[in-house]
Amino acid sequence: MSAANPGARHFPLLVGMGALSAFFAGIEILVRIDVINRFIVPMPSQVIASFERVIVEEDVVARFWLTFQEAFIAGAMIAIVGISLGILLYRVEILRRATETWVAAMASAPTVLIYPLFLVIFGRSMWTIVMMGFVAGLPPVILKTIEGLAGTRRVLIEVGRSFNLTARQIFTKIMLPSALPTIFVGVRLGLIFTLINVVGVEFLINFGGLGQLINDLAERYDLAGTYASIAFVILVSVFFFVVTEWVEKCLVPER
Amino acid sequence: MKGGAAPAISAAEVRRLRIVIVLVVLAAWELVARSGLLYRDVVPALPTIARALYALLAGGEFYWHLGVTAGEVAAGMTIGGIGGLAVGLLLGANRFLSEAFERFLYYLGPTPKIIFFPIMIMWFGVGVSSKIAMGALSCFFPVALSTAAGMRQIDRVLIRVGHSFRANAWQMATKVYLPAMRHPVINGVRLGLGVAIIGTLLAETKLSNRGVGFLVIQAYSLFDMPRMYAMLIVLFVVAIGVNALVGRLGGLDAIKRP
Repeated sequence: MSAANPGARHFPLLVGMGALSAFFAGIEILVRIDVINRFIVPMPSQVIASFERVIVEEDVVARFWLTFQEAFIAGAMIAIVGISLGILLYRVEILRRATETWVAAMASAPTVLIYPLFLVIFGRSMWTIVMMGFVAGLPPVILKTIEGLAGTRRVLIEVGRSFNLTARQIFTKIMLPSALPTIFVGVRLGLIFTLINVVGVEFLINFGGLGQLINDLAERYDLAGTYASIAFVILVSVFFFVVTEWVEKCLVPER
Repeated sequence: MKGGAAPAISAAEVRRLRIVIVLVVLAAWELVARSGLLYRDVVPALPTIARALYALLAGGEFYWHLGVTAGEVAAGMTIGGIGGLAVGLLLGANRFLSEAFERFLYYLGPTPKIIFFPIMIMWFGVGVSSKIAMGALSCFFPVALSTAAGMRQIDRVLIRVGHSFRANAWQMATKVYLPAMRHPVINGVRLGLGVAIIGTLLAETKLSNRGVGFLVIQAYSLFDMPRMYAMLIVLFVVAIGVNALVGRLGGLDAIKRP
């Protein structure tokens, strides 16, 4: 049984972490003995040491807060607009059949490339970043809302009918709650796309929070700082991913 | 709620609605362009965009830049795709390695890859190599994760049949594993291609003097909006078209059929 030997369960994780540590130790040695050029790859110890400097001198907390605000606004927008459009498309079948493939095509289209267009419309401001996050995160929310509503079990709707519920009551009391887990899967996917685009566009237009920080440090050729800021963004992404995954597991029952 | 007794909607009605939607959007665009509500150059009139599109497609310069971008994407896909396939096969075949290392790919996959561009410039310079590296890095993760997942889903019976025929490792890979995981691998390649195109083009918009991404950002710098719209239209059509083509060639559309 797995409970009998919890150490064995964590052994692969320990091996993975150990291999990662060994990899960084190897890089440290290769840079120190000049096998790897130190002007291209800094020593991992320098990167770790520069974390404190980056956090204090580059005002990481304020930048993180700005990125969070942008992602939050875009996330709220994709949830409100995406779920509303998903409900509309589900309820108006002809509209859904006419546009669902377009929404799916939009999901696979390189929408992030329209950022120069948004720069013209919204200027080099927070709204360019928010709108790019919004456009990128919208399609999965719409598609998953339709999927969730369409997947409501027939028997539940029949139970609602046998209780003489109105069409509105069946929708709000049965279909929407039943579709919520799937809708959340869409919102989570949308939030991931939103965060990727928010940080990416911040970097590209050199404006905003964490993305701009990487750009700033790279332009100053602060090598250790650049690597540290990239590591920081990766940690933020992983944290965000783990938290939303945990919430999804709580909401979506095991099938 | 949708009633069960609603009359069936014909394909012709759906087609008509699509045409109506497209016409309404185009008419609204033209109306806004002519009304002066928005700055005229931000929303140019449709004939202006059509002329820019014609000029773009009729000139030779665009195709040269498209060729550069296509070459970068192809090279990036080859490097990242082969790397992803190899790592995916390794992780899919070995449970211990999967439990030890797959989580790193799983968590690194959704990070914005463009943030690695400064590192790619330091390692590979400002030329095409750093764009190829961006493409390779972008497509590596979806290919590796799809391949690993696909390998775990292979029917055990097929593997036992291969072993009972005393197939060697190469025969097992080419006759059993790869054909059985064709769909997840093609799906990964399709996802990888999409992100490789995005990664390469974004890198070109950030720092380059060639490629379609460079042309887009140049049009922005010169405030040549009709040309920018024309290029975005072409890019979207090419990206969606290539994506659909890979799916069709890989037989992904056939999976959906009962």
